[in-house]
Amino acid sequence: MVTVDSLLETTALCKSFGGLHAVKDVDLRLARGEIRAIIGPNGAGKTTLMNLISGRMPPTSGQVRFKGRDITGLKAWGRVFRGIVYTFQVTSIFKNLTCYENVALAAQRRLMGGVTNRLVLSERQIAERVQAALLQVGLSATAGQRADTLPYGHQRLLEVAMALALEPELLILDEPLQGLAQEEISAFCDLLRMISQEVTVLLIEHNVSVVLELAEMITVMDNGQIIAEGSPAEIERHREVQKAYLGK
Amino acid sequence: MSGRLTGKVLALHLGILGLLFIAQFILPAYHHTNVARIMVLATYAVGYNILLGYTGLMSLGHAMFFAAGMYGAGLPIYYLQFGAIQAFCIGVLLSLVLATVFGLIALRTSGVSFLIVTMMFAQACYLAILYFNRITLGDQGFILSKSLESVSLGSFEFAFSDPAVKYNVALLLFAGCFMLSAVLAGSPTGRVLVAVRENEERTGLLGYNTYKYKLLSLVISGGISGVAGAAYALLFSYVGASFASILYSIYPILWTLLGGTGTTTGPMIGTGLMFYLVDIASGLTSSYLFVVGAVLVMLILWFPQGIMGAIRTRWLPWLP
Repeated sequence: MVTVDSLLETTALCKSFGGLHAVKDVDLRLARGEIRAIIGPNGAGKTTLMNLISGRMPPTSGQVRFKGRDITGLKAWGRVFRGIVYTFQVTSIFKNLTCYENVALAAQRRLMGGVTNRLVLSERQIAERVQAALLQVGLSATAGQRADTLPYGHQRLLEVAMALALEPELLILDEPLQGLAQEEISAFCDLLRMISQEVTVLLIEHNVSVVLELAEMITVMDNGQIIAEGSPAEIERHREVQKAYLGK
Repeated sequence: MSGRLTGKVLALHLGILGLLFIAQFILPAYHHTNVARIMVLATYAVGYNILLGYTGLMSLGHAMFFAAGMYGAGLPIYYLQFGAIQAFCIGVLLSLVLATVFGLIALRTSGVSFLIVTMMFAQACYLAILYFNRITLGDQGFILSKSLESVSLGSFEFAFSDPAVKYNVALLLFAGCFMLSAVLAGSPTGRVLVAVRENEERTGLLGYNTYKYKLLSLVISGGISGVAGAAYALLFSYVGASFASILYSIYPILWTLLGGTGTTTGPMIGTGLMFYLVDIASGLTSSYLFVVGAVLVMLILWFPQGIMGAIRTRWLPWLP
């Protein structure tokens, strides 16, 4: 069943909260290297689906496979180590720590390795990775600053730097553009394009014009289910989608 | 903020230990004994601070680890005429085992529930010591000086009744735990502990098994508390159930808060200040606890981060 180049695959994934079916029978398949956007109205189940994929909550039923292996039973921290990295919808950095410390936490996790979890690491090795990640998002100058003193747009970039330092294979971004100014949005899109050259990106975003421009494939959700999937051009033409979401 | 163990930080820590070493030649006898006692209690506070200050877990039951060290060392000496070094090792081992078993159970809870579970476990330990009074001699306590032999290293004999031996053993143990906490705070592992304190969920989503790190922190913290308890039994020759009571779980909280949680030097400063505050106030008035209370209220009002915490915020941001 599993094709070689499918990175992530969910099978009949369900999550209900009491009587509410937040995610219903979702079969999602991501190819390695794509930028996939998930759109849908509020309450469509997008964030819940991301939580199931990242392991922040267990599914009610169904299966998640990553690189061909069943990871349904893995906790979030175990999935991060396998390469699934999640960035929060609400910026969630360590506000009382410096930017350097924030990214160092991510960088040293990757350096620690799997089973042995080395307790002794060279700070120089960590520092190199931190600098590289901060440089990539353009925050090199603020390494020593406390994270909560950064403007909001930079806090989002710091979050991305933390994700990059974890060297993800699948990067999940939950509404990364929320609250950003127009010029910050275009810079962020450039950054995402650069990242996607090496990393598969899964994106939830409300800004439709950006999604249509950025994503290679778009999945549309409504009421916990996938109602359409296709290239940006196909999605734009899709009737149901226009009714449910694009408001045309 | 977990700074790395840079030259400046290292110099500060070694400087403090150097001052404590020199102090024994200057201090009059009364303060000489006091400082030895403070160093043992400060070791306890250093251990407590690893859990509260660097991992953000508040325990109200650390007396059980202190008492485990104390009884683990004291009982074998009293009943089996063990030597000081073997007895000390048994005490520390017992506290490490207790901390591990306790952690495996209690760390399934967090926040207020964790606080309550620690308190209940500690009370159970305290009551168990009293219940098995025939063995533990808990309510009266017992004195070790008769059964404790002096330790000989090569041609030197060290008697624990000698004030110089007391002082230097206390200093040695304090120095070891103090430096351990400084190294831990500056290490990548310490960085993860701070991350757990600041935001546990986020730390998990950076790929860390936070349960494992909390357990590690608890075991180190409990082990150091056990070192302090065992040292207390050996150096001050008394073992009693009062050291397992809730009062001895509250003391390290006060010492650490006073000196500054999450600073390596704070616990020692807090312990010393509190000790002398009680000492001086009780010389002036019989209601000395009133004075202590007033000082604590002022502290919370003006220095909520403790003394070293305030100094770090205002003047020395590099303090670990």
